[in-house]
Order: sequence, then structure tokens, then C-alpha cells
Amino acid sequence: MEDFVAFDFLLLEIDFIVTTFAIGKGNSPKIFDVGVWYFCLNGTSDSGISVTFVDKDGEEQHIRVPVGMSMLEAAHENDIELEGACEGSLACSTCHVIVMDVEYYNKLEDPTDEENDMLDLAFGLSETSRLGCQVIAKPELDGIRLAIPAATRNFAVDGYVPKPH
Amino acid sequence: MQNVVILQARKWFSRSLSSFSSNPLKVCVVGSGPAGFYTAEKMLKAHQQAQVDIIDRLPTPFGLVRSGVAPDHPETKIVINQFSRVAQHEQCSFLGNVTLGSSISLSELRKLYHVVVLAYGAESDRSLGIPGESLKGIYSAREFVWWYNGHPDGRNLDPDLKNTDAAVILGQGNVALDVARILLRPTAELATTDIANYALAALEESSIRKVYLVGRRGPAQAACTAKELREILGIRNVDISIQEVDLRLTPADEEELKSNRIKRRVHELLSKAAAKPRTAGLNQRELHFVFFRKPDSFQESEDRTGHVSGVHFEKTVLKGDGPGKQIAIGTGEFEDIKCGLVLKSIGYKSVPVDGLPFDHKKGIVPNFRGRVLSDTSGDPTLLEEGLYVCGWLKRGPTGIVATNLHCAEETVLSISEDIEKGMLISSAALPKPGREGLLQLLQDRDVRIVSFSDWEKIDSEEKRLGSSRNKPRQKLSTWDELHKAALE
Ligand SMILES: Cc1cc2nc3c(=O)[nH]c(=O)nc-3n(C[C@H](O)[C@H](O)[C@H](O)COP(=O)(O)OP(=O)(O)OC[C@H]3O[C@@H](n4cnc5c(N)ncnc54)[C@H](O)[C@@H]3O)c2cc1C
Ligand code: FES
Repeated sequence: MEDFVAFDFLLLEIDFIVTTFAIGKGNSPKIFDVGVWYFCLNGTSDSGISVTFVDKDGEEQHIRVPVGMSMLEAAHENDIELEGACEGSLACSTCHVIVMDVEYYNKLEDPTDEENDMLDLAFGLSETSRLGCQVIAKPELDGIRLAIPAATRNFAVDGYVPKPH
Repeated sequence: MQNVVILQARKWFSRSLSSFSSNPLKVCVVGSGPAGFYTAEKMLKAHQQAQVDIIDRLPTPFGLVRSGVAPDHPETKIVINQFSRVAQHEQCSFLGNVTLGSSISLSELRKLYHVVVLAYGAESDRSLGIPGESLKGIYSAREFVWWYNGHPDGRNLDPDLKNTDAAVILGQGNVALDVARILLRPTAELATTDIANYALAALEESSIRKVYLVGRRGPAQAACTAKELREILGIRNVDISIQEVDLRLTPADEEELKSNRIKRRVHELLSKAAAKPRTAGLNQRELHFVFFRKPDSFQESEDRTGHVSGVHFEKTVLKGDGPGKQIAIGTGEFEDIKCGLVLKSIGYKSVPVDGLPFDHKKGIVPNFRGRVLSDTSGDPTLLEEGLYVCGWLKRGPTGIVATNLHCAEETVLSISEDIEKGMLISSAALPKPGREGLLQLLQDRDVRIVSFSDWEKIDSEEKRLGSSRNKPRQKLSTWDELHKAALE
């Protein structure tokens, strides 16, 4: 047990050193990624959390998102093509993202009824789908990976059978 | 063999010359609803040299976002901001007041542009084909929605809401729920929306207390979404009535719900609402969900000749199995509901224009991923060169605004593939007049175009009129008013 605590503590210390190093050196994103978790908890940095968007073609974009900012805003600030037809007012479902790792999905608060109502209508809905405008950056989400669903493929698969009345 | 050679040559042409900016690809999109704007946006992204013109028969852009989406859904209309940015793109123009089929024909447009994308929606209605359907007091939901949303062609509907206490709405989809909500919602809450002023006045004087939402099938098959249902169940001072026996699920229903998240959540909401204790008539208004009834005929009023006084329904049971496959069969038992207003919400229908292949059965343009096919045989090789389709005209009248985004992605992908494969004559090999040619032709015909900046004049006038009444806008809703504001 003691060993475990010591190990954990060690990790924290290393992280802290790495972080300080990263700040001092400026912007080496790799090193920065490791350290930011503790740094944010300390509340001494607003450099945000690390978020990866994986686009329709599977290409990755790594960005930093300030705590408190929605993934939709973050995507737009970084020129990532995430649609947001209703500009975050929970009325369109175009900002649909898939959280690629269940562990991160579980760190999110449950979707409200209103978010679920819009998710109902999202294309390519999956078990870990969320609306990008409703996912707000917080320290625990550091490292989260979000996939933007490949709409065209889903669209073709879904097909469109007119509903009988 | 010869074909292959031509195809190869075309391919070479388009590849080597498609980036030639002096002869840009000229694209015309017909219809400025979500399908039209999303198509324009995706085209401009995929083909940076392209010139995209969007024509619309109205002086106002945005299609059903302006004239369909309910006035109390302002958040849904925010997408107008995105569409406006597209219209302001330097290679894009909006040309309002231009009607395909009368201002200009399809064959003329195809001569002027390399690519024509039809996205003109669905401006007609399915009909029931039962006796009494033409009685006064019976309208399609489309007409009623146009009326309360200030569409210039809906202005004169003038539905009588004062001589009856009951309205029957046929259908239980989202549009049905929209019109029911507008009839039931306290008018004080509607007063601060962009609802047409004459509609607000008529609703303020409305004597309608009971609204029946009637479906052929059961709660497990209701075509609405949870969002709309939650909203209508939450209206203040309305008693909700749902027969609990109707909510019982058969094994086939259970199967259906298991595979459909939307239907499952809708059924849950209905069950919760049914279980809620009723306020025993304390509320002024009532909403009745009526399941397992199919309209058989409309009854004529005895004291108001030519006017509807009720609907004669046949009770139904479900037959057939497999998710979505259960159909309503009449039982031979009948029941009437008295009412002075009937709104048919059984589906919009597209109308063809001259020279356009059309599938009358499905009410859509036959297409393969947005490429217009020459006939309805389904053979994907019989293509109408340079002609594409998107939105409700392509898929039929279902889906939300966002559905058209994916629909446009598919159509634009098909266009790009066709250019890449040389299936489409390249703009460099055959320059086309595009906008200039269109403007010339319309000028010769005395068609007064409403540009996007003309629309902005309408827009600011509407906002100005609205601001004094605490409304986001007060819609101009006659052709005259619209033209006057645009010309100012
Ligand atoms: C009552 C109602 C409420 C809705 N509410 C919502 C909602 O709350 N949320 C949501 O997401 N979706 C909603 N929808 C769905 C959404 O509006 C549609 O999915 C969408 O508008 C369809 O887009 P479209 O571009 O194919 O057609 P439309 O939006 O109908 O656009 C067609 C355009 O073509 C023009 N046009 C027609 N004929 C011609 C011609 N001959 N020449 C030139 N132009 C022509 C029309 O003027 C119109 O501007 C609603 C739909 C309805 C009917
Ligand atoms: S941006 Fe519309 S729901 Fe998120």
C-alpha cells in the first residue's frame, strides 16, 4: 500500500517537473500533454486540457481547450469542421461527436432529457455519442478523443423509407 | 468502345483543365431551403472555383426554416446565420423572386449552367381520397403552417377558429404536433414569437378548446419525436388524455420499440403522461391522443352548408409483423368525432416541373445518390447529365434540418465524382454563361430579381416592426409588402 502511494506521488512530482519545464521552454506540445492534468487541478494555469478530434477521414487534430469551454466552441476556434447549426442551443444535433473511449464517456455527466431528445436524431448514433455543444472541458477530460461521425456513409446506409401514416 | 474513348477524353479534359479559373464551373441551385443552402456551402468548399447561384420563387430565402419551423422554435432558426454567411460568399448569389417553371424553364437552366441542383422541396399535399374532403374547414397542415408563418401564399387561408370548440388533426408526426401546439398554447406565449400578426389575432379569438390528434396505428408507431412530444405535453393549462388500454404493447410492438430508440422514448413519454392524474376539467383546454382510428369520411354540417362538422372514423387493429411492418386494418366498427376544423397532417408532396423525370408514386425525383435518373426503372446508368437533386425533393418529406446537411453531402459527393470521372462535361471544355446569362434572360422577361441585399432590407424592416412589439420580427406576409420593402 505504501509503495503504491509513493509511486503515485512520484508520478505527480515528475509530472510537475515536466510541466514546469514545458512552460519554461514554451510550446513543446508533447511534453505539455503529460503535465497539464495536475497543473489544471492546481488552478494555476488556464492552458486547458488536451482534446483530440478525429475527423471523417480518420485524421487527428490535437488542440487545447480551456476549462469551461464547450467542444463545439473549441472546434470552431481551431477551424475544425464540426457543424453547429443552432450555435449550441440544443436544437439541431449537427454537433454530434462520438467519445472514442468509454472511460472518458463515463466521466461526463449524464445527458439531460433535452440532449437525449436531440441525440435521438443524430446520424450514426453510438453508445458513446454526445452533442459537442454540451460537452464542457473540465480537468478530468484531459486526453479525451472525439470522433466526428462520417455522415455520408451513415446516410447511405440509413436509406430513406417514407413513413406510413 | 467509342463511348469509352469519349469518356477517356473527357476525363483527361476535365482533369487537366478543371482548375482553370477563367472558366469556372457554373452551378445553379433551385430552392433556398436547408437542402439548397447546404448544397451551395458544400459545393463552394469542394470546388473552390465554382460560381453558385441559388434561385427561389419567393423574395425571401431559407425555405421551411422561415415558413415551416414553428414560431416558438427560434433556436431551430438560428441556422439562418450560417446560411446567410453562405449567401454572402463572394462566389455565391441569391436570386429571389425567380420561379423554376414560369420565370425560367428547366431546359433553359440546364443550358446556362454546368450543374443544376434541384432543391425546391415539397409544396403540395398528399390527399386521403375519402368523401367530404373538399368541405370548408378542412385544410392541409401545410396550408395552416404557411398561414401562421406568414408565407405570402398562405395569407388568404383565413381559417375559421371561432365557430367551433374542437379541432381534429389527422396524423401524429412532428408537423401534427406543431399545429396542435399552436392551437393550444396560451397566446400570450406566442405573442413574443415571429408568428404572423393576423394569425395571432385569430388565435386570440379562437374558441377551440379540444384538439384531437388522431393516428391510424398505436403509440408504438407514432411518427413524432420525443422533443416535440415533451414540448406539447408540457404546455400550461392543458389536460392530456390518452387511453391507457392503447398503450398496451403486443410482442410485435415490443420488437419494434427494441430496435428504435426514438419510438421507445416516445412511448415512454406517452405512458408517463397517461399515468398522470388528470385535473378533472379544471384546465381550459384539452389535448386528446386518439390511436387506432382511420378516417372514413367527413361529415357536413346541417346548419352551415358546405362546412365540415365532424369526422367519421373506422377503428383499426394492427396486422403483419416485423419492425415498421405492422399496418392498420379496419375492424368495421365506427366512431365519430365532432369538430369544425380539420387539419390533415398526412404528408407533404413534391410537384414536378416540365422536363423533369418524376416518380409519382413516391412523390420524388428518381435519383441515384442525388444524380437525377432519366426514368423510374431504377437503372443507375440512365443519368440526366448535369442534373442533381437534394432535400425533400430527393428523399421525400421527412427529416429535420440536419438531415438535409447529410443529404447535400451525398449529392455534392456525386457531383465531384462525376466531374472527376469525366461524366460531366468540364467547365473548361465548354464554358457556360451562368449568372450573366440568367440575369439577361430574366431581364428580357421583366422578372424583378430580389438579391440577398434586397432581402436584407426586408429583414431589417421586419426586425424594426417587430422590435416595438417585443417580437424578434414582424413578418411581411403579402407579395406587395415584400416587394415594396425589397425595392426601397
Ligand atoms: C411544419 C414544419 C415544421 C418543421 N419543424 C422543424 C424543426 O423544428 N426542426 C427541424 O430540424 N426541422 C423541421 N422541419 C423540417 C425542415 O424544415 C425540412 O427538413 C427542410 O426545410 C427541407 O428542406 P428543403 O430545402 O428540401 O425544402 P424547403 O425548406 O421546403 O425549401 C424549398 C425552397 O424551394 C423554393 N421553391 C419551391 N418551388 C420553387 C420553384 N418552382 N422555383 C424556385 N424555387 C422554388 C421554396 O420557396 C423554398 O424556399 C419542419 C418542417 C415542417 C414542414
Ligand atoms: S449545436 Fe445544435 S445541438 Fe449542438
